[in-house]
Amino acid sequence: MVKAVSSHIVRDEPLIFERSSPGKRAWQLPELDVPAVDPEEALGAENVRAEIPGFPEVSEVEAIRHFTRLSTWNYGIDLGLYPLGSCTMKYNPRINELVARLEGLAWPHPYQPESLAQGALEIMARLEAALAEITGMDAVTLQPAAGAHGELTGVLLIRAYLESQGNPRKKVLIPDSAHGTNPATAAIAGYGVENVRSNQRGMIDLEGLARAVTEDVAALMVTNPNTLGVFEENITQAVEILHAKGALVYMDGANMNALVGIARPGDFGADVMHLNLHKTFSTPHGGGGPGSGPVAVKQRLEPFLPAPRLKRASGAWSLDYDRPWSIGRVRAFYGNFGVLVRALAYILAHGGDGLRNATVDAVLNAVYLRKALEPYYDLPYPDPNMHEVVFSDERQARRGVRTGDIAKRLIDYGFHPYTVSFPLIVHGALMIEPTETEGKRELDAFIEAMIAIAREVEEDTQTVLQAPHSTRTSRVDEVTAARRPVLRWKPECDGKSCS
Amino acid sequence: MTTYPENYRYTKEHEWVLMEGDVGTVGITDHAQNELGDIVYVDLPKVGTRVEQNKSLGSVESVKAVSDIYSPVSGEIVEINQDLSQTPEKINQDPHGAAWLVRIRLSAPDEVKQLMTAAEYRSHIGAES
Amino acid sequence: MLEACGLTSAEDLFAHLPAHVRLGRGLQIGPGLSEYEIVDYFKARAAENASDYACFLGAGAYRHYRPVLVDTVVSRGEFLTAYTPYQAEISQGTLTAIFEFQTMLCQLTGMDVANASMYDGSSAVPEAAQMAARITGRKAVVVSRTVHPEYRAVLRTYARHQEMRVEEAGYQPESGQIDLDDLGRKLNEEVAAVILQSPNFFGVVEETRAAAELAHRHGALLVFVFAEAVSLGILEPPREADIVAGELQSFAISPSFGGPYAGVLATRDKYVRQMPGRLVGQTRDSRGRRAFCLTLATREQHIRREKATSNICTNQALIALMATVFMTVYGKTGLRELARQNLAKAHYLASRIQPRFSGPFFNEFVAAASGKSAEAVNEALLREKIIGGLPLDRFYPELRGHVLLCATEMTRREDMDRVAAQW
Repeated sequence: MVKAVSSHIVRDEPLIFERSSPGKRAWQLPELDVPAVDPEEALGAENVRAEIPGFPEVSEVEAIRHFTRLSTWNYGIDLGLYPLGSCTMKYNPRINELVARLEGLAWPHPYQPESLAQGALEIMARLEAALAEITGMDAVTLQPAAGAHGELTGVLLIRAYLESQGNPRKKVLIPDSAHGTNPATAAIAGYGVENVRSNQRGMIDLEGLARAVTEDVAALMVTNPNTLGVFEENITQAVEILHAKGALVYMDGANMNALVGIARPGDFGADVMHLNLHKTFSTPHGGGGPGSGPVAVKQRLEPFLPAPRLKRASGAWSLDYDRPWSIGRVRAFYGNFGVLVRALAYILAHGGDGLRNATVDAVLNAVYLRKALEPYYDLPYPDPNMHEVVFSDERQARRGVRTGDIAKRLIDYGFHPYTVSFPLIVHGALMIEPTETEGKRELDAFIEAMIAIAREVEEDTQTVLQAPHSTRTSRVDEVTAARRPVLRWKPECDGKSCS
Repeated sequence: MTTYPENYRYTKEHEWVLMEGDVGTVGITDHAQNELGDIVYVDLPKVGTRVEQNKSLGSVESVKAVSDIYSPVSGEIVEINQDLSQTPEKINQDPHGAAWLVRIRLSAPDEVKQLMTAAEYRSHIGAES
Repeated sequence: MLEACGLTSAEDLFAHLPAHVRLGRGLQIGPGLSEYEIVDYFKARAAENASDYACFLGAGAYRHYRPVLVDTVVSRGEFLTAYTPYQAEISQGTLTAIFEFQTMLCQLTGMDVANASMYDGSSAVPEAAQMAARITGRKAVVVSRTVHPEYRAVLRTYARHQEMRVEEAGYQPESGQIDLDDLGRKLNEEVAAVILQSPNFFGVVEETRAAAELAHRHGALLVFVFAEAVSLGILEPPREADIVAGELQSFAISPSFGGPYAGVLATRDKYVRQMPGRLVGQTRDSRGRRAFCLTLATREQHIRREKATSNICTNQALIALMATVFMTVYGKTGLRELARQNLAKAHYLASRIQPRFSGPFFNEFVAAASGKSAEAVNEALLREKIIGGLPLDRFYPELRGHVLLCATEMTRREDMDRVAAQW
């Protein structure tokens, strides 16, 4: 027998505040080359603070050990398959990181003269052009900071356009399969939300849609392929229904990884859409951001795009603020430029053919997973899928095992879980998106794990219900976290007596 | 086997009301708490708020869901159960007793007659599940 | 693999798509490039952005030294390539770091609770305004004209469709601080919040306490905005504020032509359920070990949908991690010393160039050249490879001829002397 130990220096890493001791420091600053100033004299005694209570005091080695130890409690794409549906967790090429850190790209100030920022403006212009070509749209703004921010920008554009036509209208139609950001966005843009039910195949119900589209409807927000991973085969008819009543079509580009090089939203009638550069275009998700949510539009919406716009004149780029129809700014400066650099690097690395090949591989991987897992998991919507596939836990639920439990057990096999319990139209959903990143070997290992879990559900239910077993942290009590919120560390709250 | 008190009246949306004079004590049913799972937060109106029958008077939250509480009767809130802000889990433990939510002074006492008896409610949830 | 899928060619994967939606040609993007060619392309673009110039621009984007440790930590694949930490058991690294971030922001601002980040300072402002409207049940805000002009522009974009009235309070022409009389005139029972930035856009430390008293007397909240986070190393935190909306770019986030940066919201415990954005909370795992998870998610869009506090989903987690590492490296003593160096540099520059406003300033100030236009001064400086101050006429027509000059710990004395020589 190997003797178990009760402590582990990496797994027991305390919070940085608990590591602190007075006088330790990791910082270095040069000697001042100007006279020191008395803060109280310069700022007024009442404006000068005492020391910051509780702020860390650690050495450089302690700091790096701390964060490195924390990092080992995480899972990333670099470790393996990350099949979160609708999240497109593909490999983040490191060349993107290198170029974004070049001094001439990481350090330009947003207000430096345009004549001294031509390289930065050229990068933005080239990315705008590439995204317009990929989406089949006429103009692109790079300003929005993330997908939901892009949605807001897009819906405000619709509103501004309709206002210019005389009536902004009252509500936005949203399929019941949509992401929660869609209704939240419509509400923030001042619209009422009307849910439209999907048909039995999980797709837009054209008859229901036709009934719902009245003169009060500003737009339909549609995700295509939808959140089941299924291409809306009647998308052009749906677009016609909206357009016939003077309403517009917003496309949520979260699932664009299924379409790049294959089909273009602009060609099938979308008026405005956003892209998630941190999904389709490989920029790292970073544990929850930064993202970037460019918005692409048809010509009739172009006058309303956020100011400033890029302009080319006399062989130079400039920023045009004279945009009388613009919806205004949605954020300071011009967008998450560092993310834009990374996305352009990805596009340049692939080229037109490479981007299309990535789409083919992404769809092939998802179809391959579906074929292999269909005998073991219930597939409520059997239409052909594209880049992702959605199973339900119906069979496993009969043994008291839900999608969330299967997800936790997957961790024991070394994989990140799929997206749990979404879309809402599938009861107990398992939403799986492998992306083009994975090879057959990794996919086969994932399939084996999923099949093994399906067997465990029948034979060894408790093992699944109590998973994960192999991680530093076992199943986390989210109920207590919500009932008695502890949202910051306090000296007396040292991990022992927090209540 | 859950017992649904015979002297309470029930709604289709799984609230109950107990009448004492012109004041009704309101809560959610055992069936409702069971469906919601672990309750982590309750959002209740201020005393003095006017509520209408079948309109939302507040909400209960589990970790991943928010559910409206529909008022079984119309009237004015005269008391709320302060304990629940600190111990929302009481709703899971004693939904028909200690975890009452609000007391309402009825403006239209006849509304109570439209509500279900315990037997009707039992058959309602039987039919639903 | 195709065979296993029962397909004969990759084209079969798309056979179910209606023919008329298919793109019948290749994308016009050119051939794929090798790593070397990509580096070459971006190096050429980088060379067009004046990285060898000294720079006196601030105005919401500050040049501060980035400790090497910051990139070392955020380059780790476990942080860089992770998703939002919904699966707590394999995301404890990110969750723990965010909990530390939230704590440090509370220590820094004097608030009880801070969220896990917003897109940036500019979008944090309208989120704070809407939060104040939910708390007070009122529908108007008064924002000081000394708040960053682009933050105010973003506020107007958001407010327009929320039926929120936005009024502006002017500034005192001598001090460059908010005009409290004007603010007082604009306060009434419809105002949900007063929005004030300090140091303000002119670099001047504001009369936060007086503005808060005035706001509170009218039943409005005070939203305190900061754009230069290093100032909090030395300035009194906004204890009187009800909501703090800040920009953390100064904490090891390179200017990067305007983004990505990271914003944050902080507030009092009693308002936490009205706060948008992700929150990490402390709890236990099934074996009793301290653990962290995302919590109070019922405020958010994926649960409450059209009734959510905001539509924000993805935030700026990795940038917030940079700020966390920065705060750890500088810590209690370093942040104070860093702030003192900024103060000393800017005051040295101000000893050679007379500031326009009399209010106390931190690391930037407004000035006008006597006898020369601001443009002429900047032109002359460019010839010396110096980017001068930001001309203010674009945002404040009444300040034509004035520029906003910034000096940080990275600004060299000899460059300041060269700027002063042109004055």
